[in-house]
Amino acid sequence: MIEIRDVSKTYGSTVVVDGVSLTLPKGGLTAIIGPNGAGKSTLLSMVARLLPMDSGQVMVDGLDVARTPGDALARRLAFLRQDNHMVARLTVRDLVTFGRYPYSRGRPTREDQGHVERALGYLGLSDLSERYLDELSGGQRQRAFVAMVLCQDTDYMLFDEPLNNLDIRHAVGMMKLLKGAAKDFAKTVVVVLHDINFASCYADHIVVMRDGKLFLQGTPDDIVRPEILSSIYATDFAVHDLDGHRIATYFT
Amino acid sequence: MRLTLALIALLCLGITSLFFGVSDISPLALLSGEADEKAVLVLLASRLPRTLALVLAGSGLAVCGTLMQMLARNRFVEPSTAGTVESASLGMLIALIISPNMPVMGKMAFAAGFALLGTALFLAILRRIPLRSVVMVPLVGLMLGGVIYSVAAFIAYRLNLMQSLAAFESGDFSSVLRGRYEILWLSLVMTIAAYVAADRFTLAGLGEEFATNLGLNYHRIMMLGLIIVSMVTACVVVTAGVIPFLGLIVPNVISMIMGDSLRRTLPWTAILGAGLVLACDIIGRIVVWPFEVPVGAVLGVLGSAFFLFLLFRRQSRAA
Repeated sequence: MIEIRDVSKTYGSTVVVDGVSLTLPKGGLTAIIGPNGAGKSTLLSMVARLLPMDSGQVMVDGLDVARTPGDALARRLAFLRQDNHMVARLTVRDLVTFGRYPYSRGRPTREDQGHVERALGYLGLSDLSERYLDELSGGQRQRAFVAMVLCQDTDYMLFDEPLNNLDIRHAVGMMKLLKGAAKDFAKTVVVVLHDINFASCYADHIVVMRDGKLFLQGTPDDIVRPEILSSIYATDFAVHDLDGHRIATYFT
Repeated sequence: MRLTLALIALLCLGITSLFFGVSDISPLALLSGEADEKAVLVLLASRLPRTLALVLAGSGLAVCGTLMQMLARNRFVEPSTAGTVESASLGMLIALIISPNMPVMGKMAFAAGFALLGTALFLAILRRIPLRSVVMVPLVGLMLGGVIYSVAAFIAYRLNLMQSLAAFESGDFSSVLRGRYEILWLSLVMTIAAYVAADRFTLAGLGEEFATNLGLNYHRIMMLGLIIVSMVTACVVVTAGVIPFLGLIVPNVISMIMGDSLRRTLPWTAILGAGLVLACDIIGRIVVWPFEVPVGAVLGVLGSAFFLFLLFRRQSRAA
């Protein structure tokens, strides 16, 4: 369980995250949605202790993220940012193997190698494993990063817009994979998403943020409704029932 | 296996360096015990220390270049493009002013302390640049180096020490003798420390957030890297003076060929660095024979050309 207690973050005079209190249940896939600048990514960065919070507290399974030693937390919680600019030239395998760093401290055991192979296979990267990251397409690189996070094998996995750079096939594949991880391996997956229909079809729980505050939360059935979506995004929505999924349209 | 071959090649360069010079020493005569005392003295007191110093300085600086590129997350950074060597020179100058007969350890401590502060300042400035364009970073470093150097030059000019300052600034191994290079073994210790922590530096090169996510204390790595870089730079500046561009050429060549997983690449970086400095020193001894061109000058020429090559290569890639 992730407990977020009254967390705030301010840049200069701009309040980015404003007193958010939220409990994310263990297990399942939680999607965080909301308009640009709602503070979604900032909140997630603070949960993953990559950004210090100005006030408040985040507990992961009862551990205060601000005080728990980094390596202990790295075996419990993993976070993938949306853009990962790096100067080091690594092969896909090098990168994915670093996912085992919290366990092996850079000296991977046979068990670690097994994790690496499985993660590479899972994301269809086995054939690309010796290629350098800077030789890959944006989508392939994104999958390599996700493979690294899977390799980290943590109970909690946080992703900031993991569908960026992915084409339709790989975006659907990624969501299925995250959903599968949540269902089959009892992982807790938290994803910032822009596409509400992906949230509607795959999430067990949707958290809506607006203007730095927690706006609403609930199941897709609670959230994906025309009047609620219109109030979140200030745009007209229609919601259709298609094969048991609620699909929102907003294009016209 | 390939590493063994590289080591043998390095050994050959080292032997060439031992037996090449104005004073003629024949390896055959030495082995058969017919060499005169003078030849043995030259070998042990001058050639051997010089060769060892070249190897230690070359490998140390090349590894430092790699570490700095990981820490600054920029391919163009090395001790001479980040204000590190200018700070070390300033430290040496201050040591010289405080006590002209300070033992070499003392000078080294001053140089290392200043190098640490200068490099930390450089990294702190980088954090405050909003747009970290690739070329901006070394420019900032060169400017910072220029400012620090001008402070040193001002002090030196006032106190009639310009000649000493010029001596620190040009890397030259011709004056390396037994008893005047041993501090470089400290640089070897630091280079080995860099290898021990190699994985952490690779992770630092992936960025603060990446490293933190994997449970690493980023600031501790940063500090360790700074200490290693400033100690090695100070050792080299104290014994031989500035060797520019070495930390730029070697890490970039290695990265192009075999990537940046430092656990795998650092031994190669060290060997290539040592080999390049040895080769440049031998070239420096040949071109104006029987006189010498300092190794810093030879590398300066090679390095500037390589720097331009890197810039053009990057541009053609971006286009």
